[in-house]
Amino acid sequence: MKRLLLAASLLFNTALAHAELNIVIDEGVTGALPIAVVPFKSDGRLPVDVTEVIKADLERSGLFEALSEDRMLARPSRPEDVQFQNWRTADVDNLVIGEVTRVNGGGYNIRFHLMDVYRGKQVIGYDVPATQNGLRSGAHRVADFVFQALTGQRGVFNTRIAYITANGEIGQRQYELIVADADGYDPRAIVRSAEPLMSPAWAPDRRKMAYVAFDDGESAIFVHELRSGVARELVRKPGINGAPAWSPDGKKIAAALSFSGNPEIYIIDVETGAERQVTHSSAIDTEPTWSPDGKKIAFTSDRGGQPQIYELDLASGDVRRLTYDGRSNARAQYAPDGESLVLVNLDQQGYRIGVLELDSRQMRILSKGPLDESPSFAPNGGVIMYARSGGQLATATTDGRVRQSLSQQGTVREPAWSPYLN
Amino acid sequence: MLKRIGLLVVTAAVLTGCASGDETALDQPATTETQPESSFTTGSGSEYGEAEARRLERQRAAEAAAAEAERRAGQALLEERTIYFEFDSAELGSKARDIIRAHADYLVANPGTRIRLEGHTDERGTREYNIALGERRAKSVERAMMLRGVAKNQISVISYGEENPVALGSNEDAWAKNRRVVIQYR
Repeated sequence: MKRLLLAASLLFNTALAHAELNIVIDEGVTGALPIAVVPFKSDGRLPVDVTEVIKADLERSGLFEALSEDRMLARPSRPEDVQFQNWRTADVDNLVIGEVTRVNGGGYNIRFHLMDVYRGKQVIGYDVPATQNGLRSGAHRVADFVFQALTGQRGVFNTRIAYITANGEIGQRQYELIVADADGYDPRAIVRSAEPLMSPAWAPDRRKMAYVAFDDGESAIFVHELRSGVARELVRKPGINGAPAWSPDGKKIAAALSFSGNPEIYIIDVETGAERQVTHSSAIDTEPTWSPDGKKIAFTSDRGGQPQIYELDLASGDVRRLTYDGRSNARAQYAPDGESLVLVNLDQQGYRIGVLELDSRQMRILSKGPLDESPSFAPNGGVIMYARSGGQLATATTDGRVRQSLSQQGTVREPAWSPYLN
Repeated sequence: MLKRIGLLVVTAAVLTGCASGDETALDQPATTETQPESSFTTGSGSEYGEAEARRLERQRAAEAAAAEAERRAGQALLEERTIYFEFDSAELGSKARDIIRAHADYLVANPGTRIRLEGHTDERGTREYNIALGERRAKSVERAMMLRGVAKNQISVISYGEENPVALGSNEDAWAKNRRVVIQYR
């Protein structure tokens, strides 16, 4: 009966509105690129302040500094109206201008131009169509175009994040799995439970999410269809059912199960539920992550005494230890290019987020500690989101130059950055 | 004998009272100890007999007091439902072993009673690793109970890792309270 009740609560608690995350830029970069985003021209009031969304995206990356509106001498919306001298005087390198028009049958067109102030010409210019309810998403796409043109890196403004919140007094906590836009906008609880929710993991197609839920002294891994809100139980064995990680093709989930007596890594077929054990040790083996080519699984094991990261070659079955820095290393995730791992490193300065280059075996520490955890790569590999003690989320660029904190009431943890939509 | 029965009722009430929330209380008194009736009968008017009778009575009273003290100690341990651990460790200290012994003896005497062992960790370390560590702690308690004769089907194990702290705060005091296995009677 209890199980039925949980299933029901999983189904019906969809789409609850929530307080947004507040994003605070802790440390901007010296030498952020000065840019001006001129208020976009539009015929009538728009449901979304497109200019503000583009500006906020660029500033939030930490790589741009936007000119305030009261310092703009003119507000052109077309390339032929731009007086470049005005913008050179205001010390901006680049200029974003454009206009939003309604199209017949609903929806909008966002036309934008990115102008190089010193060379006096357009860098890029596109028409970005947006649906009736997709104007905000369209504005993020404009920011993505601008970001990529100026940094060479694909933007992640049109992606989403998932995270877990825990609120309420001890003994009466409510746990929620929330999905929001990458800028914290539009947070929605997709699952709510009186018992812990853990380890959200996006499917590669971004349409499903796996997570761990507890009920009445048992745990289980669920696969949740985001559009329909239907959650299906993938595995519920005695003991641990934890740490789900999708294979790159989305057909399998690696997870830690302990029904054999101690936690081992298994590969579970998402369609059939058939499982295959891939680690064999009497120690703790958990927190698997798939290499982007699907050929390897890295995981945490304390088979050497302390938790360290090991890598399993799925074809040969060979296991090798990857980490030696500090006292312990755990919860690795492969970078989207497969060339590095982000992980949680422990040394005298506490638990900090580190990036291990797999070729050189060099470790780079990105965060300040002392209780940082759950790092997740943005799909462009340029930014990492992680959780800090006290229920805060934070981001750091992979090069360590920019760090930001995101905060919400209550405790927020276990961020998982979505893949790209396509 | 009446006195003893009265005491047992009180004990049962105490146990019931300490059972938390909606968990089932221990449904039987915790002791099955029986004191053999003395076969000694005082001889009529014998001085030796009277002296011996007094001596035996004192001895019996002392033995009963000792047994009562031991039983009370066992009761006190039975009322302790939480076993604490060192950082990143599942090893059982001597206090832990005493608590486990008291519950194991009770479970052996009451084979119909079932418990759940809930493993927990402090907030340090990664979350899924802590799920594994909490399970390791609960299994270490399970193993110690089974070595004392508790049947496997009387025990179930679950780990909540660091997800269900009883003390908030990032300091040694809070961490020490959170590194625990809780014995839940079902």
